[in-house]
Amino acid sequence: MSALLMVEDLRVRFPVRGSLPGQTRHIEAVAGVSLALAPGETLGIVGESGSGKTTLARAITGLTPVAAGSVRFRDRELVGLESRAWKGIRREVAMMFQDPVGSLSPRLTVRSLITEPFRIHGLKDRALDQEAKRLLGMVGLSTDFAGRFPFQLSGGQARRVGVARALALDPALIIADEPTAGLDVSVQGEILNLLARLQEELGLAILIITHNLNVVRHITDRMAIMYLGRVVESGPTEALFAAPRHPYTLALLSANPEPNPDAVMNRLEIPGEVPSLLNRPSGCEFHTRCPFRGAGCDREFPPASPEGVRRFHCYYPR
Amino acid sequence: MSDTVLSVNNLSVDYRTERGAVQALRDVSLAVPRGGIVGIVGESGCGKSTLINAIIRLLAGNAGITGGEMIFEGRDLLGLSPDAMRRLRGDRLSMVFQDPMTSLNPVLSIGAQMRDLQYRNRVSRREKNRRAVAMLEKVGIPDAPSRLTQYPHEFSGGMRQRIGIAMALLAEPALLIADEPTTALDATLEVQIIHLLQALQRDTGCAILFISHHLGVIAELCEQVVVMYAGRVVESGAVRDIFHRPAHPYTARLLECDPARIQKATRELPTIPGDIPDLIHPPTGCIFRERCPHAFDACVTPPPWRDWSDGQRALCHLEARP
Amino acid sequence: MRVLGLFWRNLRRVLREPLGLVGFTLALLLVLSALFADVMATHDPIGLSVMDRLQDPSAEHWLGTDQLGRDLYSRVLYGGQVALQVALIAVGAALAIGLVLGMLAGFGPPWLDNALMLLFDTLRSFPTVMFALAVVTLIGPSMGTVILVVVLTSIPTYGRLARTQTQSLKHAEFILAERAMGAGMGRILTVHILPNVVGPLLILASMDIPVVITIEAGLSFLGLGVRPPTPSWGSILNDGYSFVRNSPWPLIAGGLPLILTTIAFTFLGETLRDVFDPRIARER
Repeated sequence: MSALLMVEDLRVRFPVRGSLPGQTRHIEAVAGVSLALAPGETLGIVGESGSGKTTLARAITGLTPVAAGSVRFRDRELVGLESRAWKGIRREVAMMFQDPVGSLSPRLTVRSLITEPFRIHGLKDRALDQEAKRLLGMVGLSTDFAGRFPFQLSGGQARRVGVARALALDPALIIADEPTAGLDVSVQGEILNLLARLQEELGLAILIITHNLNVVRHITDRMAIMYLGRVVESGPTEALFAAPRHPYTLALLSANPEPNPDAVMNRLEIPGEVPSLLNRPSGCEFHTRCPFRGAGCDREFPPASPEGVRRFHCYYPR
Repeated sequence: MSDTVLSVNNLSVDYRTERGAVQALRDVSLAVPRGGIVGIVGESGCGKSTLINAIIRLLAGNAGITGGEMIFEGRDLLGLSPDAMRRLRGDRLSMVFQDPMTSLNPVLSIGAQMRDLQYRNRVSRREKNRRAVAMLEKVGIPDAPSRLTQYPHEFSGGMRQRIGIAMALLAEPALLIADEPTTALDATLEVQIIHLLQALQRDTGCAILFISHHLGVIAELCEQVVVMYAGRVVESGAVRDIFHRPAHPYTARLLECDPARIQKATRELPTIPGDIPDLIHPPTGCIFRERCPHAFDACVTPPPWRDWSDGQRALCHLEARP
Repeated sequence: MRVLGLFWRNLRRVLREPLGLVGFTLALLLVLSALFADVMATHDPIGLSVMDRLQDPSAEHWLGTDQLGRDLYSRVLYGGQVALQVALIAVGAALAIGLVLGMLAGFGPPWLDNALMLLFDTLRSFPTVMFALAVVTLIGPSMGTVILVVVLTSIPTYGRLARTQTQSLKHAEFILAERAMGAGMGRILTVHILPNVVGPLLILASMDIPVVITIEAGLSFLGLGVRPPTPSWGSILNDGYSFVRNSPWPLIAGGLPLILTTIAFTFLGETLRDVFDPRIARER
């Protein structure tokens, strides 16, 4: 089965105003990311702020220009695609954004918001009211919501509207940027359950971007951990949870403790903060904070160490 | 009692709005022992922000305290004049806020802000700087003396939060209120801040009132915890009791929903269906009954406080643990 | 149809505020009195009767007469027609053109933004009166001249406002979401940016109307606007100024409608600003 989405050595750079006139430095927000997604599969991209995960998502959907590398969707190269062709791609790749209410146009009703994709692509022959009803039903919202405005929706409800909108044109792939951000714990499950159910029913592929490892565990088949624009470890979710190889993965896992006061506090506290992209550390970027750092870590970024279907980039894996 | 640094008894707060009075807090009681760490856990709409604002007496203009009292170090907070209250804030009672981006004045240097905070002390500028540097070093800001002249935007989020904590502890308060101090930070940073708070608390012996919706952090940091729902306290007690043997259905369900708790990967995560009730027209009886999986006929009447072991209490009709 | 519903809802909110009620009522009265000047006038506004010059108000002449014996009340009513025509056309045109240009400047490529900003700055650098003088030498004084001058000198203000509003929305998450769905610039501007940008411009417009009327009065006062004998509040003021020692009434007759219009539209504008405040919108 060929991959639905294939990203190879993707790089995204942003110019930074230099201190001298005429000097433009660049930061590399995405520094060579490769990943693949099969139809009907869920992949989680996990990283903290500065990891480049959101930039990656936007680069894949053509919202941010790509400096180098390739993105192939259904074997079609997206990098450098002209804008008219993008419109067709956008019917198949839908995106959900982080801010549930802010990603909805404030003066449109829910009905208009959900049927917006039809109008954008000129599919005026469809019975839009019926489509709206169908989509609302799919995400578990009653038809009462059709006439409401974004500011009248709770975070969870607004998220569902985002899902409904993403489903409108029956896409093959949904990219969800932090789908549980801002939601209470008691409500997070609703969205994740919904996405899981829709995936089963519709055979959707889902790319989830999140910083919350716990979310990823329950809904993804595979995951990739990002740090400062690179993937440091990837593989089947359960395998990574059971035995993380990269120290950063280990740190992330231990940073989200279960609510158990008696749990053995094996918290791996890593010092310092994510370095600025302007001063990218040499070699393996994590070496400045890594408790298991050894010789050679600061010289060159470690090559991939494949382990079956897993890969990690570390000279001294756990 | 000199054992308790803060005691809130049956506090009720309403907000006046065009649609009616919103019952933001009803009969909220909690106690923070001297040098203790108490956590408040609750989701959106539970009233934790209102509670904090009530304690520091900085409620919005349309809010009104409709009942109860708050005793801080033996003094009735409601009876204090605005001036007296102002003298307390930043001195005996201080706060760390959620958003490190906006809680520091962007146009003043860190040094200026930290010197300003010491306005009550009649010491020289050099002495104030020395104390500021000492505090910054304590919270782990490297190269502290040269940092005094820098501005907030020159620091990262995690550093700013540390500075916020340094500023809050500068005056050696009896009580530090931390309002979701780690919510805006990455998980790995959160760990650092939690350990920092623990270390500082051991050092200075101040009490901490820690608000969060992150159950894992509360479990790790706090000794006592208060669970709030829709403006009421529904359960309180020792962290160990609450997390291992919750006595209120809401607490039990909340713990079940935390994805970190769920060890086995599942495609069907538990949730609490429904929304918090309308606080302008709350339901009769138990505030949680419309979403409670164990609700029965008695729940339309107000539930009693039921005492369990060792100080654990729950506001519920159930006679056995859920 | 939806626009009407929106209009009606907003109108109710305006009327709920005391300032809004006063402003709206006054403005409505002014508009009606201009529209129905034919019916409400007691005399022919340009009918001379030199014997009756500079009379005080009486049962015959409600506001008295000017230096040529013309009934001031009727002249004020017809002057209102001029004032409102100029104001509504000029402000309307400036708003529409400024809105479109501003949105393009704010959303489009940098070269377009720079070009439009250059245009705005150039237009704004002309003092109104000098500009009017230049236009008058080209096409002569008339209502059209006044309208043209006002439109050209007002476009930059609306344009800049529309531009900054658009810029602040350009990076909003919902705009990004629209782009992710494949919406083109045209759709984004008309469906998603315009409704969120037009509010402040409408407020500006309502506060601008009395200003424009005053400009018209000023230009007519200087002889650069409406030609006599067509009454205009400015020309009435002009005459009143010359004859103030004989009778204060022409001055009052010219000044009073200006004051009332300014009050009416300023109150209206203040209320509109509250109505468009998204925080208040929550009670819907």
